[in-house]
Amino acid sequence: MIPTPDLSHLTAKDYDHVYEPAEDTFLLLDALEEDERELKDLNPSISLEIGSGSGCVSAFIGKILGPSVMLDVINASFASPLTTRLKRAVDIILFNPPYVPTMPEEMSDAQDRRGISGSWAGGTDGMNVTNIFLDQVEELLSEQGRFYLVAVAENNVPGIQERMSRLYGLRSDP
Amino acid sequence: MVRLITHNLLACHFRDVQIELREAEFNPEFLKGFMPKLEWKALVDAARQLGDTTLPLEVPEMLDDEFLKNLHHVLLEIHVEEGVMSCPNCKHDYPILNGIPNMLLAEHEIG
Repeated sequence: MIPTPDLSHLTAKDYDHVYEPAEDTFLLLDALEEDERELKDLNPSISLEIGSGSGCVSAFIGKILGPSVMLDVINASFASPLTTRLKRAVDIILFNPPYVPTMPEEMSDAQDRRGISGSWAGGTDGMNVTNIFLDQVEELLSEQGRFYLVAVAENNVPGIQERMSRLYGLRSDP
Repeated sequence: MVRLITHNLLACHFRDVQIELREAEFNPEFLKGFMPKLEWKALVDAARQLGDTTLPLEVPEMLDDEFLKNLHHVLLEIHVEEGVMSCPNCKHDYPILNGIPNMLLAEHEIG
């Protein structure tokens, strides 16, 4: 059992701006831990997390793939500044998106205001933000690369799987 | 703490930078594996701009220990804490504050 990254440096005040790791975060950590063997076998050189929040998930994948892993942070819109140079170069992509179904305006307002609700407000079917990134995924993934996406039933998981398979030939496991 | 390895993936030029040097664990296998992903000329240019001239202009035939140690230092131990990244493609300047490049456009720059 790999211990959850230490969050003790974060306070309630931080969680006004940064998503406090919750069940969905830990679900993702569990999935990564379960895949420890396969992830190590990938011999990954680049992992990319979108919307890293507290950094918990990237710190954790660093622990899995350790001992020494370099973590740099970029403030950006999805992977946009990296898409040119990282074509087919990313071995692991991690995304715990704002997936809660809301009115579209609630999602776009949250993003505009850069408020904490931007961490969960997902618009129509909770997919407005995720959909934008799904179109960037295939170009970024390396040959054996893996994309981990957190989703809920309302996001229509089989629909996501079907679309990624049909448009991009990507296999998936829910 | 944006390292040159990350900067090499952003395809921008540096300007007015403040750097810090921090030791990192040497991992030659990682470096050899990462070589194909590097834009070599951009890396050498960035390193020279920051005062490091240890990297050759061309990728050497043999990746010997001395080369790998120099590469390790340039890629992973030079941290840009403050500065500007200038993008030749989109003609924008992006600030680096507290080691974090901010690649988001301001309201007035969109559209």
